[in-house]
Amino acid sequence: MTYLVESTKTMNSGPRRSRLGTVLSLLWADKFATFAALFLLLLMIACLVGPLLVGDAAGGINFAGRNAPPQLEKGFLYILGGDNLGRSLLARIVVGAQTTMGVAVAAVVTSVVTGALLGLVAGYRGGLVSDVIMRLTDMIMSFPSLLTALVVLYVLGPSVANLVIVLAITRIPVYLRTTRAEVMEARSRVFVTAAIAMGASPARVLFRHIVPIVLPTLLTIAAVDFAAVIITESGLSFLGLGIQAPDFTWGSMVATGRNYIASAWWLSFWPGLAITLTALSLNILASWLRIVTDPQQRWRLEGGRKDD
Amino acid sequence: MRFFKRSLFTLLSMAGLLLLVFFLSRMTGDPSYLFLPLDASPADREAFSRLHGFDDPIYLQFGRYVVDLLHLDFGRSLSQQRSAMDIALEAFPHTLKLASTALAIAFAGAILCGSLAARKPGGVVDRLISVFSLTGASTPDFWVAIILVLIFAVSLGWLPTSGVGGPAYWVLPLFVLALRPFGLLGQVVRGSMIGALSSPYVKTAYAKGASQTKIVFVHALRNSMLPVITVAGDLAANLLNGAVIVETVFGWPGIGRLMIDAIMQRDFAVIQASILVTACAILILNILLDIAYVVLDPRVRHA
Repeated sequence: MTYLVESTKTMNSGPRRSRLGTVLSLLWADKFATFAALFLLLLMIACLVGPLLVGDAAGGINFAGRNAPPQLEKGFLYILGGDNLGRSLLARIVVGAQTTMGVAVAAVVTSVVTGALLGLVAGYRGGLVSDVIMRLTDMIMSFPSLLTALVVLYVLGPSVANLVIVLAITRIPVYLRTTRAEVMEARSRVFVTAAIAMGASPARVLFRHIVPIVLPTLLTIAAVDFAAVIITESGLSFLGLGIQAPDFTWGSMVATGRNYIASAWWLSFWPGLAITLTALSLNILASWLRIVTDPQQRWRLEGGRKDD
Repeated sequence: MRFFKRSLFTLLSMAGLLLLVFFLSRMTGDPSYLFLPLDASPADREAFSRLHGFDDPIYLQFGRYVVDLLHLDFGRSLSQQRSAMDIALEAFPHTLKLASTALAIAFAGAILCGSLAARKPGGVVDRLISVFSLTGASTPDFWVAIILVLIFAVSLGWLPTSGVGGPAYWVLPLFVLALRPFGLLGQVVRGSMIGALSSPYVKTAYAKGASQTKIVFVHALRNSMLPVITVAGDLAANLLNGAVIVETVFGWPGIGRLMIDAIMQRDFAVIQASILVTACAILILNILLDIAYVVLDPRVRHA
């Protein structure tokens, strides 16, 4: 196994570097996408090492810094001000990033995997199984996701795990429908018919021949969806059925700050801005990805040469 | 046939939804703890349960619920002591007015901005509009609502913070509710308009000397509306998500806030009635969108 990994590495090292170079130059060509990528990189670093660096400043109570306005005198930690218990807002945003991202990643991964598997089955098998799966999907989609989430969370009780499950359930239909549509299209292609004729098992046909075709589409949707999940999660936390104290996400920080909005606007403003910037970066990168993977539009990023 | 099949499936989905809601809402706990004083005796609680039929086995409760539904009796609200359907139908027009105006604004704005952006992909106008619509699609609505209240209601005092009334009360809720649909629709219009503008029939129109405004808004727009209408259907269901938030922040007496309050108060009948009303509204909307599809696309009409 190690040998195998090693050998593919050496085999690909030449072309891969130049491919990375191409990707980077395509990224550089779109300045918005460059900024978005840099912001997300910064965010990833904050999620990984943030709690180690400023974890102490995000907990505890410090009445001296209660609702402290944004300032420079108290050191860089209070550059965005302090919250209702005097904790540094900057530190709390950095630490909160981990929970916010963690919930979103878990929800998106769960919904992509579940949706893709069900979509593969529905698209490949067809018939009654497909009908039942599709009607269930219609049922989920025909009702506002936030209300479904609210009812389920109210019954199950708000916890991180339940939040992930609820968010995943509301997003599954998108992946399921896309996968099913693409599988049905791919199933009729010659190479799939050939594989079936040569005696490949359904599992082999699906995972070896069909999944590689569906995967890029799913990943592009996931990037946009990731932004939507962050916003939905923060909305649920805002309504009081999301993350509960002492855990906190950016959404619950906005909700807490709402009570102090007239006297201390910074409590709500910065975490909300963090949500906006993250979602915006993801959306910008997703639209960049669409251009890069579309041969008809790619020239726009390749030195502006246009041949009509 | 397609229409008939679709309506049948939607009715089935609605039945499934009501089934789910019935059992889920009864799992949220005993309503007697919310409606009777804390020091009520166990006998009082029992009497309360018996009065409202909560002490029967759940299958009996469900059977009674279905029979009542067939008689168009949707139960009584525990907290307001009147028909749950009346309460839901009273709240619904408030949401309908708000949501349809917001959707119309988002639609008009998205078509205008998306078409302008698509005229020169990659140009200055396109970049500006793209960034603006992407930002619209990326902002959490409750945050925008709070910040706008802070600026325009608390600091400047130009607009009321919440409530229902004259035009001034409509400005902030409408803006917040229209923002995300505008952003999402704007992207879709732009994409499909770029596709339509590079098609042969548009080149023909240019060749015969039609003006650019006419080409964009007459020739290309009609064809690029199809994906927009598909997205608009999903969007309308999601608009109710926004309505829940907007109605909560701005104290709008619509169905979203009614449902949240009912969930919190374990007012089962009101939850069920308002879900039924919402589901019916979405069903009607989907039928309207199907009709719009047929009007716009002759291929569907003749299929």
